[in-house]
Amino acid sequence: MSGLSLKDVTKRFGDFKAVDAVNLDVPHGTFVCLLGPSGCGKTTLLRMIAGLEDPSEGAILLDGSDITPVPTHRRDFGMVFQSLALFPHLTVGQNIAYPLRIRARPREEQVRRVDELLKLIHLPGFADRPVAKLSGGQRQRVAIARALALSPRLFLLDEPLSALDAKLREAMQVELRQLQQRLGVTTIVVTHDQREAMTMADLVVVMGEGRIRQAAPPIEIYRRPADAFVADFIGSTNLLEVTADGAGRATVFGRPVVGLAMPSGLAKAVLSVRPEDVRLAAAGAGAFDGTVTFVRDLGATIETFVEAGGETIVAVATPRDKPDVALGQTVGVVLSPDACVVLAK
Amino acid sequence: MRREPPRSLADYAPLVFPALMLTVFFVVPFSIMIAVSFFRRDPAGFYTPDFVVDNYARFLSVFFGGVLGFSLLLAVLVAACCLAIAFPFTFLLIRCSRRVQTMWLVGLLSVLSLSEVIIGFAWSTLFSRTAGITNLLVAVGLMEAPQALIPGFGAVLTGMVYQALPYTVLVLYPALVRFDSTLLEAARTLGASPLRAFFNVVVPALRNTIVATLIMVFVFALGSYLLPQILGRPQHWTLSVLITDQAIYQSNMPFAAAMAVFLVLISLALVGLTLTVGRKESAS
Amino acid sequence: MMATLLRRLCFALVALFLAAPLLVVFGVSVNEKQDLSFPPKGFSLSWYGQIFLDPAWRSALVASVLLALAAAALAVAIALPLAWFLWRRIAPWANVFQALGLAPFILPPVITALGFLSFWATAGFYGQAWTAAISHAIFFVTLPLVTLSLGFASIDRSLVEAASTMGANDRVVLRTVVLPLILPYMVSGYAFAFVLSLNEYIIAYMTVGFTMETLPIKIFNALRYGYTPTMASVSVFFVAVAALVFGLIAWFGDIRRLLGAMGTENS
Repeated sequence: MSGLSLKDVTKRFGDFKAVDAVNLDVPHGTFVCLLGPSGCGKTTLLRMIAGLEDPSEGAILLDGSDITPVPTHRRDFGMVFQSLALFPHLTVGQNIAYPLRIRARPREEQVRRVDELLKLIHLPGFADRPVAKLSGGQRQRVAIARALALSPRLFLLDEPLSALDAKLREAMQVELRQLQQRLGVTTIVVTHDQREAMTMADLVVVMGEGRIRQAAPPIEIYRRPADAFVADFIGSTNLLEVTADGAGRATVFGRPVVGLAMPSGLAKAVLSVRPEDVRLAAAGAGAFDGTVTFVRDLGATIETFVEAGGETIVAVATPRDKPDVALGQTVGVVLSPDACVVLAK
Repeated sequence: MRREPPRSLADYAPLVFPALMLTVFFVVPFSIMIAVSFFRRDPAGFYTPDFVVDNYARFLSVFFGGVLGFSLLLAVLVAACCLAIAFPFTFLLIRCSRRVQTMWLVGLLSVLSLSEVIIGFAWSTLFSRTAGITNLLVAVGLMEAPQALIPGFGAVLTGMVYQALPYTVLVLYPALVRFDSTLLEAARTLGASPLRAFFNVVVPALRNTIVATLIMVFVFALGSYLLPQILGRPQHWTLSVLITDQAIYQSNMPFAAAMAVFLVLISLALVGLTLTVGRKESAS
Repeated sequence: MMATLLRRLCFALVALFLAAPLLVVFGVSVNEKQDLSFPPKGFSLSWYGQIFLDPAWRSALVASVLLALAAAALAVAIALPLAWFLWRRIAPWANVFQALGLAPFILPPVITALGFLSFWATAGFYGQAWTAAISHAIFFVTLPLVTLSLGFASIDRSLVEAASTMGANDRVVLRTVVLPLILPYMVSGYAFAFVLSLNEYIIAYMTVGFTMETLPIKIFNALRYGYTPTMASVSVFFVAVAALVFGLIAWFGDIRRLLGAMGTENS
């Protein structure tokens, strides 16, 4: 098959399983984000794909052939490191030309390719500058250009934007995605920033404790999280305990949610509902009642904190349909069944 | 890149040359020296192979006991003087600008690299009657006539402190650079005068560094072999001088080797002690 | 105010102590006549000329410089692969060789000197000039070993990983990334070993003292058998060379860092 396949890839450090039996298929030309909290094994997985770590078990296949035993320098991948790893003793141009130079490509080809790439990353004429004289965003682009110099079979990036400030990072996310679409190169990015993953990826792979928790397109991950871990990690959400009543209806705080059924065979589960899907109404008009404990007006959105049954539920509204509530008021919490996801515990 | 264990014989290749050189030209000479210390002296040449302990037995005389005692005492004095000067000096130095620090370090390294011969010659000139410091005293009227300050114990001590002082500063420098100066600032805000804070906070916090430095300078001073000869009288000669003397002028290699082995044992014991102190420091 | 004054005073006293004997030696070196008096009588730089014009001094100078050049080169040649191996591989037992490389410098020099004397005498090469070069290289291998270990430790390992993702094997990485990055540390290690070898007396004396005169040996012999102001001019020359070399290291590199780490290695 065409593309990258991971078969039961496992990495142990002593007794600790950093990556635990990961299976994943990445079709050619896909932009994948490995997403997860620190220590979830995403960087280790990327390093194994790059050949910088050997898997303890399992195999890595590219276009059908097993590349597990192939050393890093024969894989022809491009990789951008978290530290960027630009060679301090070389200029911008020499950095970008490095993979061509060590393959003894003709001088003219090196110069032409460096010019092409510098244009691609919007830094024409920077070839002779020392790396130390560049700004953070410029270094970022040079590292990307260097990794692309050989038209790699796989483009790997380890937390590439983490050193940039928030504004520049957002701009670079868009730029990186556009660049990838133009080149069509299969790309795998490691990140802990879910916004970054949502912005760039075709396929988001959420990892936790060394395992893949869910691999799906970003909007599906957001709308249909596979479990509470994913729901909580992607965006913010309200997690409430649901139980089945005698008729198989899902009940929260002892009251059934109209139109929501429990998955068969489950007595207890977790209900996830996004704050923007929670609506407030008059007392008694919702699924259950609660007390307003805090209101936060952020300008673009208004967050209302409602306490019910010992839990705090957050409702987010736009200024247009700002709820007319006051602190201490009792309100009804409306849960629309198509916005609720019931997840196994 | 990961550090990885060597997998094939070829991975060991870089180690071959250094290992060979260090073994053949350091381990072997060292072993030969130990062997020679048990050999018998051959007045005509160097030595004849044998196994005698006479060379070690010779230590047990009053003369060598005295030399050993004097060597240790001198080294202790040098270490104490150097620390007394170098500690406050280094403490002040690390508070200076980079430029000033760099200039001092260049100067200290230049003095440190000077041959003992040159240091000995320089101080013997400074302490001599014709070119010495006493000429200055005469010129300003403090003295009647210039006089020689060598040979003498004071001259030996001064010369050795001069030789060891840059070394002391350079050993103290990294430890003091890493010292957390907010400790001192905290003490100041709590009402301690600068001097009080120095003795109540800095000195106790760096106690182990001070002990380790004392031992290192002590071992360094034990190694001084020319200054006692140039600046002192025969009664000021140290073990290092005697080793040189026995090896070269008395052609008694076996005895010189025995003394050297003895000196190694003392030095190793003290270096071992330094390492233990250092380990305790990093553990605490 | 008071503190600044005290600090200045402390610095001035230490500076005076360190500089005084050198100033006197400098004064002596510019005497007009063959006379070791201070303050100097008259002014002449002819004793500096003597270093190069007098055949005995000149041959000692040449011998010393050649010895130092060779010894420092050999010391770096021993230290470089060792430091590289220790950085590249996990092999705890190889630290034995690091300890061997540090030992000669920590032990009293007379011991190492005596070891070489017995070794070369036993091997039958006693007195040959090249034995001094090897002896000095072993004695001073500590210096390049320390600066190079420091240099390797300062290399960000992701640079090496980046090179390998771009297709560089071990040897190419060494040539295109590692060596250029540790070159400054190699140069300082060489310079340290060179200056110290130039000044070294006891090992040179015990290995080749009766067949070859290096400058320190020549000064010592002059000290015993007849003073001349040339001794003073040579001493000043030595101080100048050391200050120049260390000044250059400070100018092109970070001497504070080099010394910060040297101290850690030693203690």
